[in-house]
Amino acid sequence: MTMQATDIATYNFAYLDEQTKRMIRRAILKGIAIPGYQVPFASREMPMPYGWGTGGVQVTASIIGPGDVLKVIDQGADDTTNAVSIRAFFKKVADVAVTTETAKATIIQTRHRIPEHPLTAGQTLVYQVPIPEPLRFLEPRETETRKMHALEEYGLMHVKLYEDIARHGRIATTYAYPVKVEGRYVMDPSPTPKFDNPKMHMSPALQLFGAGREKRIYAVPPFTEVVSLDFEDHPFEVQSFDQPCALCGAHQVYLDEVILDDHGGHMFVCSDTDHCEKRREEGHAGHLAGDAFAALQHNVPGDSGKKE
Amino acid sequence: MVEAETIDGGFANPVFDAQSVFRAVMDAMARPGTVQPVAMLARPPAPLSPVAAAVALTLCDNDTPLWLDPSLQASPAAKSWLGFHTGAPLAGTPSDAHFALVSKPAELIALENFAQGTQEYPDRSTTLILQLDSLASGADLLLEGPGIEKMAMAAPTPLPRHFVEQWKQNRSRFPRGVDVILAAPEGVACLPRTTRIKTMEA
Repeated sequence: MTMQATDIATYNFAYLDEQTKRMIRRAILKGIAIPGYQVPFASREMPMPYGWGTGGVQVTASIIGPGDVLKVIDQGADDTTNAVSIRAFFKKVADVAVTTETAKATIIQTRHRIPEHPLTAGQTLVYQVPIPEPLRFLEPRETETRKMHALEEYGLMHVKLYEDIARHGRIATTYAYPVKVEGRYVMDPSPTPKFDNPKMHMSPALQLFGAGREKRIYAVPPFTEVVSLDFEDHPFEVQSFDQPCALCGAHQVYLDEVILDDHGGHMFVCSDTDHCEKRREEGHAGHLAGDAFAALQHNVPGDSGKKE
Repeated sequence: MVEAETIDGGFANPVFDAQSVFRAVMDAMARPGTVQPVAMLARPPAPLSPVAAAVALTLCDNDTPLWLDPSLQASPAAKSWLGFHTGAPLAGTPSDAHFALVSKPAELIALENFAQGTQEYPDRSTTLILQLDSLASGADLLLEGPGIEKMAMAAPTPLPRHFVEQWKQNRSRFPRGVDVILAAPEGVACLPRTTRIKTMEA
């Protein structure tokens, strides 16, 4: 392996020292062997604050090699602060190829979205997780939640979902929607919109989750059952949008609301920027694509609503 | 006195060699039954095999008590090589081991002797590294479970005695239980505790 010594002279490859990588690698293997179980690990200080994805960064640093192609997304976007800085970090400390194209990446580090483009076998999705414990807001004591997982005692979670129904008439949880992995562990899929939950089920890609501040790693192997919790009379449903993406016209994708002016003007666009750009290159156009968008700066557009 | 063979034969390029071996093991663990090739990166003294030794170098260090089967235990060369290159302390009893290196799987003690983890901390279990002759010339095993789309096939040999029955018991202890890394000359394959094994009824 030839590395330019001048590039990363002061750091080991991928920033972490080898003993730390071994410790994280052992945790990853246990996580894969016990799908959905949160493996404790000795999370390190990283050159970024907790909450900026230190868990995901440590997982990526422990698995990445010179042959990998890395994609980093933040709420679906490749071009926002968190994504840009983590991508630059790995370019600097590991000298790896980076991409924004989902299909070309071997490792995709994500904060709270799963790309719209279907993942394939051989790809690894690394989630940055803030609170790994799905029961934490129901039971603050770690000793108790650990016991609840040990005894498979998840009644409290169903009570929580039931209270949603009693209060709102439907399950009001829209992100970090709890899932059951392989019929055993209830897991927090990280604060992804519940829209993405079905993509985790039987995904051909390996999914790794890293929570740096909370010091937990967990995993979902490929082709593993991931079922969103629900009730027979209130089945799990994903968000639906009554409008396509304003720029690329895509249906059945997750949309972000973008405020356009101070008169209440807004539009809905794909949250997955790579997906949206690809579609526009292919010639798909939404109602605000191209010139329409420029003209809009002077007009107040009609109401376009999103319904849950 | 330190012999040359103790010091020789580690990873030539520790960072990248460990990374490539780990990715092979990770992919094998994530896709049970698949054989992930491992380059001949380690040159350990017999009876250690190069692939099993590479896995040990990748995963073991001074945090991980290592259990050796009697034939490795009887080899001062293998013991001092592992000690020099990994720094792993030897586990006196199998239930204290984080990893177990097994050079003669056919003579292995029962899987239930190894650390199984607890119901609260099922990750505190032993991972066994078995040195095999082949991953393709044994009796066919049908594998099902997470990581496998429908069904996978493996034919590792030699396996511990009554392995299919032992594995069924291991599976029934879930989430507790041991995980197995099969190291053969052609590469590694893994059996995480979630994998269900069926024998081919001919």
